[in-house]
Amino acid sequence: MTDEATIRTEGLTKHFGPTLALDGVDLDVPAGSILAVLGPNGAGKTTAVRILTTLTMPDAGRAWVAGHDVVREPAAVQRNIGVTAQDATVDGLLTGRQNLVMIGQLSGLRRSDAKRRATELLGQFDLTDAADRVLTNYSGGMRRRLDLAAGLVTRPPVLFLDEPTTGLDPTSRVRMWDVIRDLVTGGVTLLLTTQYLDEADELADRIVVIDHGRVIADGTSGELKAGTGGARLEVTLSEPAAAAADAMAPFVSGAVHVSHDGRRLRAPVRSGSGLATTVVRALDAAGIAVDDVEVHQPSLDDVFFALTGHPSEPDEGDPAVEPDHAPTVGVGA
Amino acid sequence: MTTLLVPTPDLARPRPDGIVRKVFDVVALTGRNLVHIAREPAQLSDVTVQPVLFTLLFVYVFGAGISLQGGHTYANFAIAGLLALNLTTSSMGTAVGLSTDLNTGVIDRFRTLPMWRPAVLVGRSLADLLTAVVCAAIVAVTGLAVGWLPGGSFGTTIAGFALFLFFSYALSWGCACLGMVSKGPESAQGVGLVILFPLAIVSNALVPTQRMPTVLRTFADWNPVSSVASAARNLWQNPNPSSTIHAWPMQHPLAASLLWSVGLLAVFAPLATHLYRRRTSN
Repeated sequence: MTDEATIRTEGLTKHFGPTLALDGVDLDVPAGSILAVLGPNGAGKTTAVRILTTLTMPDAGRAWVAGHDVVREPAAVQRNIGVTAQDATVDGLLTGRQNLVMIGQLSGLRRSDAKRRATELLGQFDLTDAADRVLTNYSGGMRRRLDLAAGLVTRPPVLFLDEPTTGLDPTSRVRMWDVIRDLVTGGVTLLLTTQYLDEADELADRIVVIDHGRVIADGTSGELKAGTGGARLEVTLSEPAAAAADAMAPFVSGAVHVSHDGRRLRAPVRSGSGLATTVVRALDAAGIAVDDVEVHQPSLDDVFFALTGHPSEPDEGDPAVEPDHAPTVGVGA
Repeated sequence: MTTLLVPTPDLARPRPDGIVRKVFDVVALTGRNLVHIAREPAQLSDVTVQPVLFTLLFVYVFGAGISLQGGHTYANFAIAGLLALNLTTSSMGTAVGLSTDLNTGVIDRFRTLPMWRPAVLVGRSLADLLTAVVCAAIVAVTGLAVGWLPGGSFGTTIAGFALFLFFSYALSWGCACLGMVSKGPESAQGVGLVILFPLAIVSNALVPTQRMPTVLRTFADWNPVSSVASAARNLWQNPNPSSTIHAWPMQHPLAASLLWSVGLLAVFAPLATHLYRRRTSN
């Protein structure tokens, strides 16, 4: 992998009417590494990807992909990238094979090469049986795999995946993770956006958290989680027991919070293997019966809460579109 | 799976940029659009079932009620008009197809590829031209079955069809503009029908214009659809009642139809390109 396979932005800014979708975003993805851009709906993730993939022009700031300026040399950028967008961008009335052959041809491959590459990708993505079926007969997971394959036709050194698993069932999601992990071992430079901390954790070398168009945190998943106070232990007792909090105290990393009825105890912990067992044994030794014990890993919500003091989704159940959550600038809007 | 991105030497020979590359982009998208038309029952029926149905209905229902001077049969008069009617209304497919593409993510996919951007429009218009060829052939075969007889030589017969197809191609660029400014395929279809249906009907395509009210008659005599139908009737030595009308296009239908088609193309092709760029930036 050459140094040319990098992604970099400086002060990227984009307005949609009165709303500010990106507010001076700096990103730096070294060649061969994976960056996850983490944020809630409307944070500006998709806008950033659209600018980097030459679909949208920035209002201010600059961006380079594979050493080429996205505004001045879009064609050179397009020759070096593969894109899997959030909305399926494969053609619903073609078969899987026709889609991949068409994309190969439109990328400049000769028809015979495009056909061979399509067959290869369909095999690798477990779509050989469905290759000659029209996409209306594909499941959501199959479509998403085809969309990912479509981004790989020319074996681009730089890949963009915009929320690759949003809307997939858990099985398809884990399968998609495997596929993405395989890409990584191939040495590609990858920028992926996600709403899920576990996904970023699973796949990325580094995580950038954005909210309201701004980068609010940048680090490894360990660093981000440390900032949230780490994991949380929750114990439910069979009956209230005054001694329980003291029995738990040696194993937790902060104050033990006891609920009103005295049955539920909660405390921050540094998660380690066997933690739950150790706590249960300690309580058992103190003669306290336990109904339930859970270790909660920090979620995106916890990270967000720790970083911003507000939850990641201001209106639960409100299907916000990209620019809607961004703060309003200017007057009279 | 680990070999997904390992470069293989035989794949690293893309076509160099240039005219050949552009032609292949257009070919790929033309093929894609033809597959779409074949798999879209409504669009397919517009160019296969509808021409047969219209031809039979008009020839037998209208033909029974309209008598032409000089003892000509209605079929001999009407086939040129039915070609005009079918090709005019089916050019709406361009608006619907383009609008459908613009409302899905597929155009975004095209825009991230290192391809010739106008290929999306050119590929669309060529696919619709090929569809129009099929539509015209079906009208012609149905026409021959119901008694239509083109006179003149083989060359003039082909020239008549070429006039229709050129007009249909020019009109499809106008429809492309419509597709670009409409919100979605349904509204493109709705607005298209409101514009194209009167354009096809208020003409000499299906009835002589002489007994129309003055306003309609003036519109009909200057309507490009009338020019094309008249020019084809002259080329095919079919009855052309409009030849006695003094309006310039009816006296010079061949020149008028060519001027109309060139004019429509000169206005709408650049406009469509402009609208496409505007619609697909941001």
